[in-house]
Amino acid sequence: MFSFCTDPASLEGAKWLSCYLTTVKHMSMYYAVVTVLLLLAITAPTALAFGFVGASAARSQIAPLRWVGKTYIAVVRGIPDIAFFLFFVIALDQAFEYIRHRIKCPDWEEPVRQGNDFIVCTAAKLPLGNSPQWMHETYGFMLAVLTFAIVFGAFAANVLFGAMRAVPKGQLETAEAYGMSRGQTFWRVLVPQMWVYALPGLSNLWMVLIKATPLLFLLGVEDIVYWARELGGAKQPQFTEYPHPDWRMWYFAALLIFYLCFTKVSEVVLDRIMAKLTHGQATAAGEAQRKAAA
Amino acid sequence: MSCWDTIADYALRSQGIGERLLPRTDFTLCQQFTLIGSGMIWNIYFGVVALLSGFFLATAVAMGKAVSNPLLRKPSEWFIFIFRGSPLFIQFFFAYFVFLSLKGAYPFFSPLTSAWAGALVVLFLNTAAYSGEIFYGALQSIPKGDTEAADAYGLSGWSRFRRVIWPTMLRLAWPAYTNEAIFLFHATTLVFFSGFPATQQRGDALYYANYFADKTFNPFVPYPILAGYFIILTLIVISVFGLVNARLNRHLPQERRKPIRVRPQIIR
Repeated sequence: MFSFCTDPASLEGAKWLSCYLTTVKHMSMYYAVVTVLLLLAITAPTALAFGFVGASAARSQIAPLRWVGKTYIAVVRGIPDIAFFLFFVIALDQAFEYIRHRIKCPDWEEPVRQGNDFIVCTAAKLPLGNSPQWMHETYGFMLAVLTFAIVFGAFAANVLFGAMRAVPKGQLETAEAYGMSRGQTFWRVLVPQMWVYALPGLSNLWMVLIKATPLLFLLGVEDIVYWARELGGAKQPQFTEYPHPDWRMWYFAALLIFYLCFTKVSEVVLDRIMAKLTHGQATAAGEAQRKAAA
Repeated sequence: MSCWDTIADYALRSQGIGERLLPRTDFTLCQQFTLIGSGMIWNIYFGVVALLSGFFLATAVAMGKAVSNPLLRKPSEWFIFIFRGSPLFIQFFFAYFVFLSLKGAYPFFSPLTSAWAGALVVLFLNTAAYSGEIFYGALQSIPKGDTEAADAYGLSGWSRFRRVIWPTMLRLAWPAYTNEAIFLFHATTLVFFSGFPATQQRGDALYYANYFADKTFNPFVPYPILAGYFIILTLIVISVFGLVNARLNRHLPQERRKPIRVRPQIIR
């Protein structure tokens, strides 16, 4: 990276460290941090959308839709989320390939599942066998995002379902009294008001989501945990210009500090949003705010 | 081979008792049920021991966070912040590598590099931090009248804590604590996916479920089995905690006692 890094063996102290921390592999690790942030940025709105659909389904008037919504919410109870992650990554992959298989190769006769193998025709493979490396990585990442969104969508659905029920009944009755249809009541009265009730649950969920990001490692994405293990392991002088003993402890300490800072910042930001939203609301927190100001 | 033989061979496989070789081909449903169930022994062990031991540290940490003396308060606050603010997965990895280097320096620490002790220490500290925060929240919401009544009766020090503060704290914290217990049991599945090795393939339920899913490339059998086991475990936890809850609330009129239910919106 720096011009003085040409001969690492001659370097000492801070200079050595600055060269060591800017090697190509370390750059990949910093890039992995961006991957984690990207995952959060994509997953959070997607999970919220899943949650919104799930919560709306759970309070629907059509019975089968309501069952689907309730089941979706209920699956998050009682089962460890990491089991979901491991399950959905394979299950989604197989589901996509199976659908493509049925469309692209209609005259394929052998069964897809033969003993311990899952075989689809070559044209149905995802991504195609001849596609470049970045396609494979992106596909893996997309599967991870979808898995996160499904799992956290169920949590979000639960929060939003509770929030929808927390909106005072009088508000909805007033809307009906004004002659609004069910859809209008939902979109114009219920949805705008539910957020303040949902926010404590959603901010908790955001914290949980941040703390679930290292699980990307289990889904086969080269994330920060992967790089911390990779870079921290003992390095022999014959393989690298920066030999060092087992430093994985320090790498994971760095990750620990990264996550602590991240959650601290989120906490501060979410507290501010909460203070903004409760301003003037007829809730206990809003009342406390009013009293403090007076 | 009948199902009974499989159970005899593999029921205690996760503890290293019975048939050494894991099934490799022709996986039967019975094998999957038995081995995943065998792995549940580890999940129950980690969960129960961490919960029981963590309870005491959690009470201490909650009391520490509630006092005004900064010498006690600051360490408690930092302890809770560090363990609640970082992912358990990273904590496992970090702890494993710390224990590994400790073992290099002092052989006395060598048990900590194996899961049964090392992961247990992490889970113990982790659940103590989460429950400590729950207990602290409960301490803050103890009705003023209760402590004033204790003062009026002339209770002070230990007897005031033992007879008034502590039972009320537990009573208020119990629904959230039940939730924490459930998620702690779920968290035990992470142990063998972090740094801690599963020696001789003695793993927990998720380890075996993952083993089968990898071998058969069919996630639709082992994971639902695992899910079934965990739902049963969750129901057991809820009913046991419900019994304690009934005892803690026994002085209240019947209609004010609320049964416990899972509330995933306050997940850890």
